[in-house]
Amino acid sequence: MPAIEILGLEKIYSVGFWRKRPKRALHPLQLTVEDGEIFGFLGPNGAGKTTTLKLLMGLVSPTGGSARILGHEWTDPAVKAQIGFLPEQPYFYDYLTVRELLEYYGQLSGVPAKQRSQRVEQVLHQVGLQDARDVQLRKFSKGMLQRVGIGQAILHDPKVVFFDEPMSGLDPMGRREVRDLMEQLKQEGKTVFFSTHILSDAETLCDRVAIIHQGELRGVGAVEDLTSSVQGKIEVIWQGTHIPPSVKALGADCHVSGDCARAIVSEDQQDAIIDVLRRERQHLISITPVRISLEAYFVEKLRHSETTAGKTA
Amino acid sequence: MRNRIAYIASNTFREAVRDRVLYNLIAFALLLSGAAILVGQISIEIEKLVVINLGLTAVSLFGVVIAIFIGIGLVSKEIEKRTLYTVLSRPVRRWEFIIGKFFGLAGTLVVNTFFMAIGVFAALFYVSHKFVRADALILVALYFIVLEFVIICSVALLFSSFSSPLLSAVFAFSLFIVGCFAEDLRNFAGMAHGILRWLATGAAYLVPNFSAFNVITSIAHEQPVAGQLILQNTLYALSYAAMALSGAVLIFEHRDLK
Amino acid sequence: MNYRRRTTIIAATCLVVSLAASSFVLHRTDQLRPQATLDEVLFLSSPKVIERASLGYKGLMACIYWTRTVQYFGYRHHYYAASYNLLAPLLEITTHLDPHLVVAYEFGSSFLAPKPPHGAGEPERAIELMKYGIENNPDNWRLYYDLGFVYYVELRDYKAAAEAFERGSHVPNAHPFLKILAAQMAQHAGEYETARMLWSATYQTTQDKQIKQNAIDHLRALRVDEDVKHLQQAVTRFGERTGRLPANMAELLGAEGIPGIPVDPDSHPYKMTPEGRIEVRNPDDLPFITRGLPPGYQRKYHVLP
Repeated sequence: MPAIEILGLEKIYSVGFWRKRPKRALHPLQLTVEDGEIFGFLGPNGAGKTTTLKLLMGLVSPTGGSARILGHEWTDPAVKAQIGFLPEQPYFYDYLTVRELLEYYGQLSGVPAKQRSQRVEQVLHQVGLQDARDVQLRKFSKGMLQRVGIGQAILHDPKVVFFDEPMSGLDPMGRREVRDLMEQLKQEGKTVFFSTHILSDAETLCDRVAIIHQGELRGVGAVEDLTSSVQGKIEVIWQGTHIPPSVKALGADCHVSGDCARAIVSEDQQDAIIDVLRRERQHLISITPVRISLEAYFVEKLRHSETTAGKTA
Repeated sequence: MRNRIAYIASNTFREAVRDRVLYNLIAFALLLSGAAILVGQISIEIEKLVVINLGLTAVSLFGVVIAIFIGIGLVSKEIEKRTLYTVLSRPVRRWEFIIGKFFGLAGTLVVNTFFMAIGVFAALFYVSHKFVRADALILVALYFIVLEFVIICSVALLFSSFSSPLLSAVFAFSLFIVGCFAEDLRNFAGMAHGILRWLATGAAYLVPNFSAFNVITSIAHEQPVAGQLILQNTLYALSYAAMALSGAVLIFEHRDLK
Repeated sequence: MNYRRRTTIIAATCLVVSLAASSFVLHRTDQLRPQATLDEVLFLSSPKVIERASLGYKGLMACIYWTRTVQYFGYRHHYYAASYNLLAPLLEITTHLDPHLVVAYEFGSSFLAPKPPHGAGEPERAIELMKYGIENNPDNWRLYYDLGFVYYVELRDYKAAAEAFERGSHVPNAHPFLKILAAQMAQHAGEYETARMLWSATYQTTQDKQIKQNAIDHLRALRVDEDVKHLQQAVTRFGERTGRLPANMAELLGAEGIPGIPVDPDSHPYKMTPEGRIEVRNPDDLPFITRGLPPGYQRKYHVLP
């Protein structure tokens, strides 16, 4: 059973005092997230990522469509006990300490009283806030608030977690910690759905990604598939600093780095270059497919959609 | 379900306390002691009357101000600061949130009133040097004041569910003042004709009617309060609050939290 | 840092100076408008308007207006004012806001009816006020007493006074003297004894200081009037017997066998003029006396606006 199924959710806002102008925030979205995967929801600012998350959380009601989470209707209150949500740039009751906040959220999430304090301590340690447990939230820095947000999202041990821009405002150490945490959540068998506009994070973490732009889905798939579906080139590395002329004759892109030489040729030239190198008695080290960066894919997709009428990949 | 409402209520109470709202008790205590001592100096034969009138009026007015000022922010502040997102993503129904907030605010006011009541009785003892049985009527007056608070809390919460704090404050105060004149509005409606009569009558029943709740003047003269009145005021307060809260729940249920 | 220190010094100095200046100006302004604060009280003179403006907190408003009333009268009475225009409106507002404020009616009965400088000189309004009080407090004997009081003292309508006392005596827990006074009105209305009874009753049953003092002043005046009347009668008898006036007070006392030296309530002996008039030594200290005043005597009153 897929963890999340988005079945045509769409949202049109009525903007303006007399309700004249409709503003489309999300075109009907069709998307499935499998159980236990880390799914990245990518897009530039204002693309509709937060709108999608708010729709899934029931904070905003859709103009059309529906969704299922863990097999139930997304509006079913029973679902809420099994999901966790970290909103973008979160803000919490600043008159509470982090421990009080987590206790309160634990109460609201139905964590039984006996386990509550234990669980709160556990989570405090997991997000690295155990030393600040009795400090009022109004004194927390942005990075610390982000960690509180993650803490409250996982407090009740949900099966699916939704993070909206979890890395925003964090320094590199913080981002590394969040990444590690998300990996840990995956190992615990949870599904992680997060939105971001920082592609390098998505590249390293996600099993699959979706790209959204101007409220429309532009591409979905595993990162490797997306990046390798383009271009179809291979990179050949051999020992030595000598570049045989016949390799160059293949039209390869060659250069030397350190004690190795590299050449990039198209896939169909793979056999040809192996032959050349064998003939020249060069010691082959590796042959790997070249991936474009996700960023390049992303930019290209967006540019493509802007120039044409825009279709899903 | 009941637990969640209780949790939200106690968190609301905690917020009010940490917001230092209970410090108003200090101002109240100063006012009352000052008045009691001053009245003793001028000695115009009515020390007890002044203490009861001033004390209870202050309890009422302080409470109304607090009810409105905290009430208007209860929902709108949470939406503005987005603290609501992480609450509603939990198995908390929207209506539980509203009801929980209501009980938290009402509870804060009851606690506040309790401390103020102690102050009033203390001041009374200071000027009269003894208690008489009729002084128990003060408790009735205080009960009616608490019923007024229940109504005002529900109204403030209603406005908070859809309006900004500033507008909510204006509406809520206006409604309080109109509520004090509600009897006149009903009389006016009785004298008007045609469509104006319908509008006035509608308005007269829609606004909260506080006239029957103010027994301060009569209990200051030790006149008893009819048991029937106590019962009816209770019923009115409960039904009016239910009305305002239902409105709040309705509005909040369909609101998009952008 | 230098800028900050400079700003601090300038701002602090400004604060102190402007505080001093505003206090000083306010003090001077107060001296310019002596009683303006009290007179402004009646900017709103309609009881109904004030009732509405008090938003249901009428009791407190009544207390406030009662305080103003007492201060208004007390201040002006102290300076022997020639008019008390605001007394009736103030009392009317007070009792409209709180019809059960019995002391206000008491005050009205003592001070609304008498002529200035002892009162506002409006006996009809006093009667109206008492009737309004009775209407709203039919079980309070005090108000019937106050009504009868006004009829007796100012209007000398002994029949109406008797009626009022009689009605009051039927109220449960009525003071026993009501019955006695009702009876006295019928036969002995003009006598000193009756008046003394009335003023004593007022003195004993009120708790308001001004009303008490007023009652004391009247009792003293009654005593003086009586003393002077008796002494004057003694002079007349002396004259009928001897055909001449007594040479001095001592001769009169000796001749008529009056023991001791008659003194007024302040322990000053009465004096006798060469024309045989009995007079008090210090008429200024004895308000309300009708006898023993030097001829052409005028009390000094401030004409307070």
